[in-house]
Amino acid sequence: MVSRAVSSWGNLSRIEHTLYGLRSRFDPFPQIASGSSVLPFGNGRSYGDSCLNPGGALLETLSLDRFMHFDRESGVLACEAGVLLADILPLAVAAGWFLPVVPGTAYVTVGGAIANDVHGKNHHRAGTFGCHVRRLELLRSNGERLQCSPHQNAEWFCATVGGLGLTGAITWAELQLRPVPGPSVAAEVIRFANLDRFFALCDESDRDFEYTFAWIDCLARGRRLGRGLLQRGNHRQGAAGARHRARTLSVPFVSPVSMVNSASLRVFNGVLYHLQRSTVQRHTADYGAFFFPLDRILHWNRVYGPRGFYQYQCVLPEPGAAAATARLLESIAREGQGSFLASLKRFGALSSPGMLSFPKPGVTVALDFPNKGAAIERLFRELDVVVSEAGGRLYPAKDARMPGALFRAGYPRWTEFARYIDPACSSSFWRRVSAES
Amino acid sequence: MKRALIVGATSAIAEATARRLAERGDALYLVARNRERLAGIAADLAVRGSPRVGSESLDANDLAAHQGMLMRAEQFLGGLDIVLIAYGTLSDQQACEGSAELTVRELQTNAVSIVALITPVAERLAAQGSGTIAVISSVAGDRGRRRNYVYGSAKALLTAFLSGLRQRLWRHGVAVLTVKPGFVDTPMTAAMPKGLLWAQPDRIAAGIVRAIDRRTPVVYLPGFWRPIMLIIRWIPERIFRTLDL
Repeated sequence: MVSRAVSSWGNLSRIEHTLYGLRSRFDPFPQIASGSSVLPFGNGRSYGDSCLNPGGALLETLSLDRFMHFDRESGVLACEAGVLLADILPLAVAAGWFLPVVPGTAYVTVGGAIANDVHGKNHHRAGTFGCHVRRLELLRSNGERLQCSPHQNAEWFCATVGGLGLTGAITWAELQLRPVPGPSVAAEVIRFANLDRFFALCDESDRDFEYTFAWIDCLARGRRLGRGLLQRGNHRQGAAGARHRARTLSVPFVSPVSMVNSASLRVFNGVLYHLQRSTVQRHTADYGAFFFPLDRILHWNRVYGPRGFYQYQCVLPEPGAAAATARLLESIAREGQGSFLASLKRFGALSSPGMLSFPKPGVTVALDFPNKGAAIERLFRELDVVVSEAGGRLYPAKDARMPGALFRAGYPRWTEFARYIDPACSSSFWRRVSAES
Repeated sequence: MKRALIVGATSAIAEATARRLAERGDALYLVARNRERLAGIAADLAVRGSPRVGSESLDANDLAAHQGMLMRAEQFLGGLDIVLIAYGTLSDQQACEGSAELTVRELQTNAVSIVALITPVAERLAAQGSGTIAVISSVAGDRGRRRNYVYGSAKALLTAFLSGLRQRLWRHGVAVLTVKPGFVDTPMTAAMPKGLLWAQPDRIAAGIVRAIDRRTPVVYLPGFWRPIMLIIRWIPERIFRTLDL
C-alpha cells in the first residue's frame, strides 16, 4: 500500500495518509482495514481539513477523468467524478455551452464541486453547483451503487450534494450546462466608497448582470469602511482584449516567510483601490481571466510561507446582513491582520439542494489570513461571535478550525445528514465538528 | 484525419496518447482485454473529438485471433495509418526466477505475442506503401539488469526486432518507431516509490505523438534517458556485474 504526506490548499499541515485510488468508474470500493477509515480526495483544493483524514486513508479520484457523453444540442454532459472543471470548459465553450456555476478556481474536480456544493459569482441567478446536477452515482463501501437525482434516491442526493465526501465516493455525474454566446465576458469594474454603496450597487447589478462580486479593502476604517471594487459581467460574443487574456505564471517555491504582512497589505490594498482612475471601467475579458484570475498564478498558496494560511468564509443571513457585515469588517480592520483577498458576494434566494450546503440568502465574506498561530485564532473567535449572533455559518470547504458548536448551530440538519455517512468514511473535519465538547 | 489502431488501449500511456489523437480529430480503433473499461475509454475519446471510435476486446496472447481483429480494425477505419502497440505486463522478477513457466509466459506476453501481431501489420502496411508502426519498448531493454531482466530481455527482443523491421519497411515507405519510456507513473508501477526520474503518462504521450508525426526511428521518453542509457550500456561487464542497479 502506498502512503504519502498530503496537505490541503491552505498548507496548514502535512500529514502522512494511506492512499487508495479509483482508476475508472467501474472499479470496486477498496477494502479498508477494519478500524480505519477513508475519504474520497479529488484535487485537494479544499483549504482546511475537510479533505484530509490523518490516521486513515484517502481514496484518490483524479484518475476518474473520462467523459461519458456530451450532447451538444441539449448541453447535457456526463463525466467521471475526477474530471476537472478546467477540462470541461474548453470543450463546452467550443460548443457554445458553459458550466452553470463555477467557483473561483477551475482546478477542482466535478466530484469535489458536488461534495462541497460550490457557488459562484452568479449565485443570485443560478444557485449552487448542485442545482445543476441531473444525476450522479454514489459508490458505497459495501459495494452498492446508488443512482441519485432530485427524483431518485432523493434523500441520498441531498446528503451527497454538499456531503463533503462522507456519504461514499461519487463515481460520475451528469450536469446540465448553460448556453453562452461566446468565450468572453463583458465586464465592468466599479469603485465604491463604503459598505452602503456596496449594497446599493448590488441591488442595481444583480438585476442586470449574471455575475457580480466585490473585492474590499480590509484596512479601510470609519467612513471608508468596506470600500472596494465591484466586478460584474455577462457572457458575450467575440474575443477579449490582449490585456484580459489568461496567461499563466507560477510561484516556484514556498516563500521562507509569509509575503503577506501588514506592510505589504497596506500597499497592495491601497494601490489596487486607487489604481482605477474612473469610477466605472469597462472591458471584455476571456472567461479564464474573469472567473479564475488566481488560476493564472499556479501555486499562489505558496506566498503564505511554510506555515500556510487560513481562509475565513462566512455567510451573514438576511435580515440584518448589512449590519453584521459592518461589524465583521470593523473587527478585522481594527486588528490590522487583513488580507490579500477579501471578497464579498450577495447570495440569492435560490435554495441549495444539500443538507449541508453552505449558501443561504445574505452576504458571504471571504478573507485569507497567514497562519500566525494564537493571534489569528483570537481574531477568529471574535468573528465567530459576530457570525453566530447573526445566525450565520462558516463554509466547511474553507475551514480548518471552527468550533463544533458553531458548526452544529449553523447546520441544523447535521444530525439528519449523519445517518447517511458511509460507515467506512470519515474526515478530520467531521471528527472535529461532530464531537461534543 | 489519421486512422489509428491502438492495441493495449486501456494502458495509461496508450490512453493519454489516444486523447491527443482524438483531440486533433483522428479516427480510432481500440483493442484491450477489459471490455467495460474499453467502452468507457471509447466514449471519452468520442467526446474529446474523435469522429469515429471503435473497439473490441481481445487477449493478445490468443495469437489466432490477431488476423480477425486486424481485418475488423481496417474495415472499421477504412484503412490504417498508425498502429500503436502499447500493452505489456511488469514481470515479477523474483517470482520469475523461481518459475520457468512464469518466465516463459512473461516473454510470451511482452515479446512473442507482439512480434506475432506486428508481422501481419507489417505485411499490410508494406502492401499499401505507407503508415507508421509504433511499439512501446522500454529503456529496460537496453541492458539486462538484475532487478528486471525478464521484462528487460522481452523488451530487448522487441527493440532488436523493430530495428530489423525498420530497415526492411523503410524501402516500402513505412515508418517503424521504437518508443523507450523510462519510469512512468502508471497503475502498472503504482507500488514503486517515485523520484525525480519519474514522468507522467501525458508527457510520454506527447513524445509519442511527436515521434509519430516526425517518423522518429527511436525515441527515449523523456529525452534525458538517452544519455543515461548510453552510459549504462558502456559500463564494462566486469564492473556492471558488481553493480546494484
